[in-house]
Amino acid sequence: MSLALQTYSSVKDANAALQAAGARYIGGGTLVVRAANEGDISVSSLVRVTDPGLSRIAVSGGKVRLGASVTMAAIARHPELAALAPAARAVGGPAIRNMATVGGNLFAPSPYGDFAVALLALDATIVTEEGELPIETFLAGRDTSRAIVTAVEVALPEAESFRFLKVSRVKPKGVSVLSIAALLRRREDGTVTAARIALGCMADRPIRALAAEKALLGCKLTVQEIAPALMTSSEGIAPITDPIASAWYRAEVLPVHLGRLLLV
Amino acid sequence: MAKVPVQFTLNGSEKAEFVESGTTLLNALRDKIGDTSPKGGCHQGTCGACSVIIDGELRLSCLTLAETCGGADIRTTAGLAEGGVLHPLQRAFLDAFATQCGFCTPGMIMAAKVLLDRTPNPSREDVVEALSGNICRCTGYEPIIQAVLLAARANSQNAA
Repeated sequence: MSLALQTYSSVKDANAALQAAGARYIGGGTLVVRAANEGDISVSSLVRVTDPGLSRIAVSGGKVRLGASVTMAAIARHPELAALAPAARAVGGPAIRNMATVGGNLFAPSPYGDFAVALLALDATIVTEEGELPIETFLAGRDTSRAIVTAVEVALPEAESFRFLKVSRVKPKGVSVLSIAALLRRREDGTVTAARIALGCMADRPIRALAAEKALLGCKLTVQEIAPALMTSSEGIAPITDPIASAWYRAEVLPVHLGRLLLV
Repeated sequence: MAKVPVQFTLNGSEKAEFVESGTTLLNALRDKIGDTSPKGGCHQGTCGACSVIIDGELRLSCLTLAETCGGADIRTTAGLAEGGVLHPLQRAFLDAFATQCGFCTPGMIMAAKVLLDRTPNPSREDVVEALSGNICRCTGYEPIIQAVLLAARANSQNAA
């Protein structure tokens, strides 16, 4: 194997090393070492940062700042992050969750990246050395982005308002057929006043179901009233085809699972 | 390629080796140190056959670089038996016929060990969840689940 690992104590120094051709950042290793094991010769050196600040979780004032190296296991067991735990637990098996990081999940190509789907629905802010970006902007530019993600900031939803669903064929844990995260604000009478829905596996990265979000406004969560939103949920999607499911299948079952999530 | 020194504790004994930079822990353990109990199944983080316990946490040695394990406490299935006496989990896997080809067994046992260390009396659901990152193509899982529950019962009887 011809990989060279470079270790830095600060993100600033690592950022400089990452500019070299063939250099990739390594967090938990579940994406980049996997790629190298598979024979991806575009990776020739790995850059890691040991700054303990990257593994910090800070909760205050209803918001959480997750360091980029925080693992899925750390989120799943954190007493104040119960709202995010289902999405964190949806990632991999126990060993993967001990390794896979928040920062890495933002770069995971479909069918991976279930946690990023949750972050997209929650309108997270992505923090890099060069500044802060809304997650949508970040995801759109992630292929060419060279700045190291240092943290993710997100407002913690009330348990009532946030829903997450991952569909896989293997129980209890398998790769996603699709995943859906929905943040819904409702009036006392149950009418939806704001909706933000994110979909996994419906493109090469998490995307929003903008038409469905719009169609849900003013609706109550009943079979009749959500029907138009389900009809429009596949607008603008381009699902992936992989050994888990075809694009056709994913598109067919999306409205079914979105309906189940909304009618919980 | 430059070689780098790595030093860690493996099943209680100090190990030091020179490995090529970028070597996975799996390859370092198997090819350099000679502990072939972790298996290389998929090298993709999918099958769990390479599972080891690093500082008390279950990890995949095929996706872990050996260099990042400096000073770590690493446990593998090869270190479980003491003086020829099998660990209760190993005993239970034999008694419950939880092994056929045996390739997944060391990973299964590591995943089960982490579970039992933290949850001595797990429910069936706890066991299924704990083994959810490990693939077995022979047994259909049921004998493995039963073996872990059997080991848990044996442990609690010994403790009583």
